Amino acid sequence: MIRASKKEKCTFHFHNTTVNIFVGLFLSVVFSNHTAKSKKTLAKPGVKNIVLVDGVRTPFLQSGTIYADLMPHDLARAALQGLLNRTGLPKDAVDYIVYGTVIQEVKTSNVAREAALGAGFSDKTPAHTVTMACISSNQAMTTAVGLIAAGQCDAVVAGGVEFMSDVPIRHSRRMRKTMLSLNKAKTLGARLSLLGSIRLAHLAPELPAVAEFSTAETMGHSADRLAAAFGVSRLEQDEFALRSHTLAKKAQDSGLLSDVISFKVPGKDIVSKDNGIRPSTMEQMAKLKPAFIKPHGTVTAANSSFLTDGASAVLIMSEEKALAMGYKPKAYLRDFVYVSQDPKDQLLLGPTYATPKVLEKSGLTLNDIDVFEFHEAFAGQIMANLKAMESDWFAQTYMGRKTKVGAPPMEKFNSWGGSLSLGHPFAATGCRLVTTVAHRLQKEGGQYGLVAACAAGGQGHAMVIEAYPQ
Amino acid sequence: MAGVRALGSLSRLTTRRYNLTMFPGVTRRTFRVAACMMARTHVNYEIKGDVAVIRMNDPSARVNTLSVQMQREMTEVMDEVWGNSAVQSVVLISSKPGSFIAGADLNMIQACTTAEEVTLLSQEGQKMFEKIEKSPKPIVAAINGSCLGGGFEFAIACQYRIATKSKKTVLGCPEVMLGLLPGAGGTQRLPKMLGLPSAFDVVLTGRSIRPDKAKKMGLVHQLVDTLGPGLKSPEERTIEYLEEVAVEAARGLAKKQIPLTKEKGLMQKIQDYVMSYPFVRQQIYNTVQKKVMKQTKGLYPAPLKIIECVKAGLEQGPTAGYLAESQNFGKLAMTPESKALIGLYHGQVTCKKNRFGTPEKEVKALAVLGAGLMGAGIAQVSVDKGIHTILKDTTLEGLSRGEQQVYKGLNDKTKKKSITTFERDSFLSNLTGQLDYNGFNKADMVIEAVFEDLSIKHKVLKEVEAVIPPHCIFATNTSALPIKDIAAVSKRPEKVIGMHYFSPVDKMQLLEIITTDKTSKDTTASAVAVGLKQGKVIIVVGDGPGFYTTRCLAPMLAEAVRVLQEGVDPKKLDSLTTGFGFPVGAATLADEVGIDVAAHVAEDLGKAFGSRFGGGNIEFLKSMVDKGFKGRKSGKGCYIYQPGLKRRDVNTEALEILESYKLTPNAAISSDSDIQYRLVSRFVNEAVLCLQEGILANPVEGDIGAVFGLGFPPCLGGPFRFVDSFGADKLVEKMRKFEEVFGNQFTPCQLLLDHAKDPSKKFHK
Repeated sequence: MIRASKKEKCTFHFHNTTVNIFVGLFLSVVFSNHTAKSKKTLAKPGVKNIVLVDGVRTPFLQSGTIYADLMPHDLARAALQGLLNRTGLPKDAVDYIVYGTVIQEVKTSNVAREAALGAGFSDKTPAHTVTMACISSNQAMTTAVGLIAAGQCDAVVAGGVEFMSDVPIRHSRRMRKTMLSLNKAKTLGARLSLLGSIRLAHLAPELPAVAEFSTAETMGHSADRLAAAFGVSRLEQDEFALRSHTLAKKAQDSGLLSDVISFKVPGKDIVSKDNGIRPSTMEQMAKLKPAFIKPHGTVTAANSSFLTDGASAVLIMSEEKALAMGYKPKAYLRDFVYVSQDPKDQLLLGPTYATPKVLEKSGLTLNDIDVFEFHEAFAGQIMANLKAMESDWFAQTYMGRKTKVGAPPMEKFNSWGGSLSLGHPFAATGCRLVTTVAHRLQKEGGQYGLVAACAAGGQGHAMVIEAYPQ
Repeated sequence: MAGVRALGSLSRLTTRRYNLTMFPGVTRRTFRVAACMMARTHVNYEIKGDVAVIRMNDPSARVNTLSVQMQREMTEVMDEVWGNSAVQSVVLISSKPGSFIAGADLNMIQACTTAEEVTLLSQEGQKMFEKIEKSPKPIVAAINGSCLGGGFEFAIACQYRIATKSKKTVLGCPEVMLGLLPGAGGTQRLPKMLGLPSAFDVVLTGRSIRPDKAKKMGLVHQLVDTLGPGLKSPEERTIEYLEEVAVEAARGLAKKQIPLTKEKGLMQKIQDYVMSYPFVRQQIYNTVQKKVMKQTKGLYPAPLKIIECVKAGLEQGPTAGYLAESQNFGKLAMTPESKALIGLYHGQVTCKKNRFGTPEKEVKALAVLGAGLMGAGIAQVSVDKGIHTILKDTTLEGLSRGEQQVYKGLNDKTKKKSITTFERDSFLSNLTGQLDYNGFNKADMVIEAVFEDLSIKHKVLKEVEAVIPPHCIFATNTSALPIKDIAAVSKRPEKVIGMHYFSPVDKMQLLEIITTDKTSKDTTASAVAVGLKQGKVIIVVGDGPGFYTTRCLAPMLAEAVRVLQEGVDPKKLDSLTTGFGFPVGAATLADEVGIDVAAHVAEDLGKAFGSRFGGGNIEFLKSMVDKGFKGRKSGKGCYIYQPGLKRRDVNTEALEILESYKLTPNAAISSDSDIQYRLVSRFVNEAVLCLQEGILANPVEGDIGAVFGLGFPPCLGGPFRFVDSFGADKLVEKMRKFEEVFGNQFTPCQLLLDHAKDPSKKFHK
């Protein structure tokens, strides 16, 4: 009852400042945890309102489990079809499709197009694939926003897919060179001599690594160093990981993860739940050995996100178009930023850099944000970012800012779980974050949400999302 | 000289590696008479639970050294820690960023006047480290930064070592490069830790060992990553992190959760088994001894003494070993070789400073003219220091060759893993290759390395001055052309300076900077700053034909030609010169420099200085050039060079030419020793004359220039230290003998005569 009345007030006060203050005061009395704030809309004159109509995702599964025999575009197809089903969108109403992916299946390098065709979208709908490590689907969404803002499109589907059950493992460079030359060899003698040049060592395959090209450091190693740099203890990391799993479990059990669609996997059962959520105990987690820096590191398998298969998709439209088509949008997609910094020592600090920048752009402060969804690559990375955001010294020394931005209050932070527990299919995470913010804003009655994520290459992203008036 | 290539091999035994932070703080050290009551200033400790964390920090220097004060306070602290029953284990760490302990205090050794005093110092060190080694409470050495010499010996006496992966972290015992040996147990502990072959390698080469290599060798037990920005500065937090990890390890050791002895690998077991035979050990001693003799020609006593100490320890037991170590340490400290090498070390430190102050404008954009061997080399050592560099040539082929040289130079470093491919790429992004003067309007400095011809240099200077901004410096890379002649056509001679690089630029450490009367002080400061940034050891000399280095080398080469004409085989000439301590023989050197260049320079300097620069017949050199025997670059010179072949044969055709220029040797001055002194005395006399004439600012730069640029025997410490130790009077006596036969080429200069007359006069105090 109380929740319902609050919602009512919220929609009402939204258009009226005086009432807004009144209601704000009223609310602050009634719900002491909700402080009064100025609830202006972030619409800007001359800028199109762009809305998130809806978003879905396949269940995120640990790689090598039920999705193991699929291909990436199969997962993407499932997400796209799920979105069509969920929204009832006519297939030819989509102007464009943008999809993100990180580890590319070479057969479907433009996975967006292959998935769209397979999902039954019109073959007249162009599609392209983007890549920006863990913020690939954020890039897909902002590309969509750009296309709409520029007046080129009205309805764009964005999404991301990652399939870690199968990754391209290549022959060694020497072997590839020999094999390519073999194609060109004309005589039997030439072919035989090429075959004869093959050595045992050439047969050793090249495995893709989650490592920075520029520094050759694996991400887990970098995360461990980052945690150490900010003095994040093993205990803090384990606690945060446990929190993520506990909250995810709670959200899953209470049916809050409504963006998950059911997916009939060929030859397997229908999957309708994420399978990486595993609340453990602190004692059990404490038993694990460090995964990257041995023997004294703090990042373990339990406090890192795991290799995941999954796909996500969102429908983004101009507000007029959505309304004209009879949709009730879930949220406005507002300001966003991309940042980048030193890929060695600040690889995973994207949220720290992106948050103050995007807030400034929107004219908001951290206190205005009701819902935070940060990508949890590693518990240590999240804790390090929170400490960095809380540090004036860091802001002044490394970010050229006068003061710290402040750390988000934990009760508003990733309260339905995060990448640590739900899973992190690299390029699919961004859409999950945005959809979750929209859903949490609706559920919790907040006004503004903030998405932030780090990505390989020392890059980062943040976006402000505004609840659509209910 | 344009091509003193083989001098790279100097690195084997000489001073190249001194540039690591070996003892740089010593000059600033002050002796204090501190009573025990006084608060400790160098060593402090804190008890964290059951672990005592001992922190070292010498407040008076940039790096920690094992000074008297440091040792005294360390002994006090250790006694307190051992006596404290609450303490179960100990962590030893430096709170100075970039330095654990950089070595013993050199001044402490230099202050001693007898071998016995030095031996005593060594024995004190041995005793202290013995106590550390036998500590009932495990001690963890937490190493960040330089851990060298005595500091390294301290660390290996500890029970456990943890090192950071910082670029500044290096371990090693460079004593041998100072003509000394590790005198605090190093020669005794290392063979036990590493096995005989690795131990010899570490102690005899004195090379610096990077952390990952140290871990592989078993010198350190655990590595700790360096940290980036956090809530404190990266350096500060890294040391804190190292301490945290070390404290945990110390606890683990005290609780016996971490074993003190590592399970030996199969290879190690096999090696130990083989080494248990005295016969095998004897073979190793012999092999190493032979190798050392071959490389040092017996001119360096330290490596031989090191072998002696290791042998004594292994064959006669620790008591004999430690005694041999301390006694030999004392003896070595008194040798002229050690004094010469220490002198060079100090000199090098001096020549790594800019005595002309900070330039008004930092050079950020550089342009190099001519993409030849020198130009490309200069570009290479600039781009990898972050200087944006334009490399300009006149032809596409020349430019392409030059850019390939830069790429190859950097790519070779990636193969040696000293830089990553990513770093290589980002360095190369600082390089712009082009054929025109585009972008010269933004250059802060132009270095021309075009052909050594005055008219070409003039043409280039005028072209460049038309396009560069007013503040831009014009530096000319030449080995012999007087700078004032080149500057004669300049509109702004105060901005013109000479920068004489040595080939190959990326290997040779020396840079000779030449100033004219008109060169402004700021121009000089700027050139020195660029050179230092390029990693060079710098001497700044006055203008004149051949400046300093070429001028010293020319008479020696002239003499070498005469020696050849007298019928001495090139191989014999080489062995005479290397036998004196030159890293490269005179005949080989001529081939490396280029016979054509040598002829060119000899002619030029001959014109400038007259008969004093005579000796060998220039016509012989010219005949060689006419035949195409230009040295290594043409495949034939005194020797025949074949790609891929290390063995070189004497060029018999050259011998045939020599036949027609044959001279009859004068038996009175043609013994092996006489020939050596004929060569060296002309070199040294010319060097002293350069000081007398003011070409050189001081004897230190003279020594550094001769050793680092020309390969003057490092064991002699340079021409000036040689005069000091050999005796000016004795040298003059020898020269007078040669003068009688050859005339003014051997006339000692006035300054040398002054020193000969008054034995109290020394170039080095």
